Amino acid sequence: MTFIYPRESLSVYPKHLSPEYKSTVKRSPSKPLIIVPHTLSELTGPAFGHDAVQEGDNDLTKQHKGEPLGERIIVHGHVYDEDKRPVADTLVEIWQANACGRYVHNVDQHPAPLDPNFTGAGRTVTDKNGHYKFVTVKPGAYPWGNHPNAWRPNHIHFSVFGQSFVSRLVTQMYFPGDPLFPFDPIFNSVTDEKARLRMVSSFDLENTIPDWALCFRFDIVLRGREQTPTHTEKH
Amino acid sequence: MSDITPSQTVGPYFAYGLAPHSRCHWQPSPHYDSKETVGANLITPDATGQKIHIEGSVLDGDGKPINDAMIEIWQADSQGRYAHARGEKPRPNAKFTGFGRSATDKAGVYSFDTVKPGVVPGPDGKPQAPHIVFCIYSRGMLRQVYTRLYFSDEASNAADPILTLVPADRRVTLIAHKEMRGELAVYRFDIRVQGENETVFFDI
Repeated sequence: MTFIYPRESLSVYPKHLSPEYKSTVKRSPSKPLIIVPHTLSELTGPAFGHDAVQEGDNDLTKQHKGEPLGERIIVHGHVYDEDKRPVADTLVEIWQANACGRYVHNVDQHPAPLDPNFTGAGRTVTDKNGHYKFVTVKPGAYPWGNHPNAWRPNHIHFSVFGQSFVSRLVTQMYFPGDPLFPFDPIFNSVTDEKARLRMVSSFDLENTIPDWALCFRFDIVLRGREQTPTHTEKH
Repeated sequence: MSDITPSQTVGPYFAYGLAPHSRCHWQPSPHYDSKETVGANLITPDATGQKIHIEGSVLDGDGKPINDAMIEIWQADSQGRYAHARGEKPRPNAKFTGFGRSATDKAGVYSFDTVKPGVVPGPDGKPQAPHIVFCIYSRGMLRQVYTRLYFSDEASNAADPILTLVPADRRVTLIAHKEMRGELAVYRFDIRVQGENETVFFDI
């Protein structure tokens, strides 16, 4: 199967320069990007076997002696390509703040407690149906210095690979109904509303485990579709 | 309109999740020690070819080092073969993945140990000069940017089908310069995200 990666699909991405998010001002290319054909170097990408992860790497609540504080949650979903075919055997990595909104990273100086039972990093490989699952705690909101009284909505960072190096995606998963959405320039850097809402997980009652944990579903769609005569990309 | 999931910034705190043992100034305490899935040393026992070291600074529009960037590289092996999962023949150096990840340190410096890639097939059957695909992520970058490293000691650069698409006066930003550090070939490749001598980035 030959995959193509139409550039038009990237139209939903944020612009490199999104001045409301101040750090983009000095960290965005100012010259036009140069369009190049997709060669073997772009159409291939790293492959990960199930040996890339270990049993339990997808359970962030069991990495320490005790259980972390906070609201235990399950986060799961499917990774798809643009034809909605499942992407099997692909590496999914996550990292997040603890329930208090504090990262273990030493640059994070938010005066909220660290949790000795929570690091906040996990990884897994999708199964043959493109499915992944994590057990973690719901991350807290936290302040940042972008503008006065700026707070990031609760989010989990996701890193996903897919079929090739150009399907590579780093994104953030948000939680439904967050009151901070209207004020967050990172979330709103995606200007198309439908696209923006694709970064918001949905509450999944069906997979919520009684007396144990709420479940949220987050499906991810990566670049790449099967080449057909109607989808031939013009360079 | 496409249905893909949009990109968001990697943010300032990725290191403990994505590059815990890299150059980054996040020092994993024994308590929070994290596993490394992908590292900055690509050299495997079965890797063939010339071992090289690559290093450089990542700089912002003011020329200041970006000390919280992450660089990923993707390259062919010394024979010009990619370790891609699908439809490939078994290679004798099957452990060599050609994929690496380095965070930048306090001075904005990243580095990799790898082998020099070989010539790779290009469009219309034309060979591509040896090169490494670079992908850069950081706080303040809402989406990754792609560039390529070419080697200063490769005459084949002149005919490379991608390099020749770049305006002649900007090609220099894609050339890593070789210096010898004892027996080791070190290729210096700085990445200027914005401004004067801005690195060429590709729309792919």
